[in-house]
Amino acid sequence: MSILEIQDMHKSFGKTEVLKGVGFSMEKGEVISILGSSGSGKTTLLRCINFLETADSGRIMVDGNVIFDATDKTKKTPAKIREAQLNFGMVFQQFNLFPQYNVLENVMLAPKLLAKERPDYKQNKRQILGEIEEKARDVIDKVGLTQKLLNYPCELSGGQQQRVSIARALVLGPKILFFDEPTSALDPELTGEILKVIKDLAQKHITMVIVTHEIGFAKNVSDRIIFMDKGVVAEEGTPEEVIDNPKNARTKEFLSLVDRK
Amino acid sequence: MNALIQLLHGFGTNCLLFVLTLVMAVPLGLVITFGTMSRFKPLKWVMKTFVWIIRGTPLMLQLFVVLYAPGLLLGIPMSNRMTAALIAFVINYAAYFSEIYRGGIESIPVGQYEAGQVLGLTKSQTFFKIVLFQVIKRITPPMGNEIITLVKDTALARVIGVAEILMNAQRFAASGVIWPLFTSALYFLLFTGILSVLMSWVEKKMDYYKG
Repeated sequence: MSILEIQDMHKSFGKTEVLKGVGFSMEKGEVISILGSSGSGKTTLLRCINFLETADSGRIMVDGNVIFDATDKTKKTPAKIREAQLNFGMVFQQFNLFPQYNVLENVMLAPKLLAKERPDYKQNKRQILGEIEEKARDVIDKVGLTQKLLNYPCELSGGQQQRVSIARALVLGPKILFFDEPTSALDPELTGEILKVIKDLAQKHITMVIVTHEIGFAKNVSDRIIFMDKGVVAEEGTPEEVIDNPKNARTKEFLSLVDRK
Repeated sequence: MNALIQLLHGFGTNCLLFVLTLVMAVPLGLVITFGTMSRFKPLKWVMKTFVWIIRGTPLMLQLFVVLYAPGLLLGIPMSNRMTAALIAFVINYAAYFSEIYRGGIESIPVGQYEAGQVLGLTKSQTFFKIVLFQVIKRITPPMGNEIITLVKDTALARVIGVAEILMNAQRFAASGVIWPLFTSALYFLLFTGILSVLMSWVEKKMDYYKG
């Protein structure tokens, strides 16, 4: 069974139809990169899947369960959306770290607030918080920032900030981790450290969907490539198929215009 | 010596008006902000109009209206001049504060809310745990400005007959003694000076991060 299945997703902003029936599915442990020119709908697709936008039609299924259906109002209550949201983790282009909290606090904030909803929180508070801190330190170590545990975001480089935001998403143990152009806001010399972290995660079989403009990286890290054009999936296949031997005319054109290094 | 005590007594009224206005206008301003930022259009426009009227007319005029309107329009005269002054000050300052709050809240990047949402936080958790502190940090300088203006504005209460410091000082001046006017100035300078030091201390405390 697919870990994630997107069916016939549509989204318009005013009169502009950005998604015109997008669908794909992925298996556990798979890494998918979504490529496409600006305005092709990649980011909107990611935002619809992560409930930052509400799709006009379509369905989202996780492990075979429908977690979003545009026609089903009962799945759109804030509580249901929150519950569904926790299947996913999201890393933003602009990091969106919380500036008033240090690295450890940024990573621990959400798990701490979620733990308060556990029925046994009051009795086992000390133990629960201890486990959360251990988990947080572990994911921070995974992204190589143990040295910066008590630093504030403004004291970190862009690459380090993005690594914190990856740790912040990882700590909640999402089934699928989404990246929205994770290196686009970084200086070229800083993109390498992010790509390395993502590659490490891929080797640990974390299921990931990456919207990116780094063609070479996408080819290197992905099991599958989705090429989007004008709001639909124009081409989909292994990196060798889509990047090295594209069949779709738009894919060919796009790849001829970008740096493929 | 008697004059000094009279001035001090008058300044006590100013201080009382200042403290009570601040304590009430700070939370009331937040309520008005939620009104002007409401997605419910009628409420939003009512609150925006209210803020426009309060900010667009002289505080002195508002003092007169609060003092006389209950008696002339409803037949229930305002019994206490200090109460009238307090009501006018609270309404006036709450309107100004609400605009400062709104500016602060709207200056927080939408990415902060989105990050809260994708991490499974509720709207209120996102506001209180992520946004609020950033707003407080950003509005501290303009709030400091407004608070210092309030100290000096309390002197306006004399136009509806509240016995504050300048009313006393003027009485001395009218009888040919100038120094109580300068003494009054010293009181104000001392008070606003202490407030300035306090505000910059608060700003410094929150300056451990940028952004």
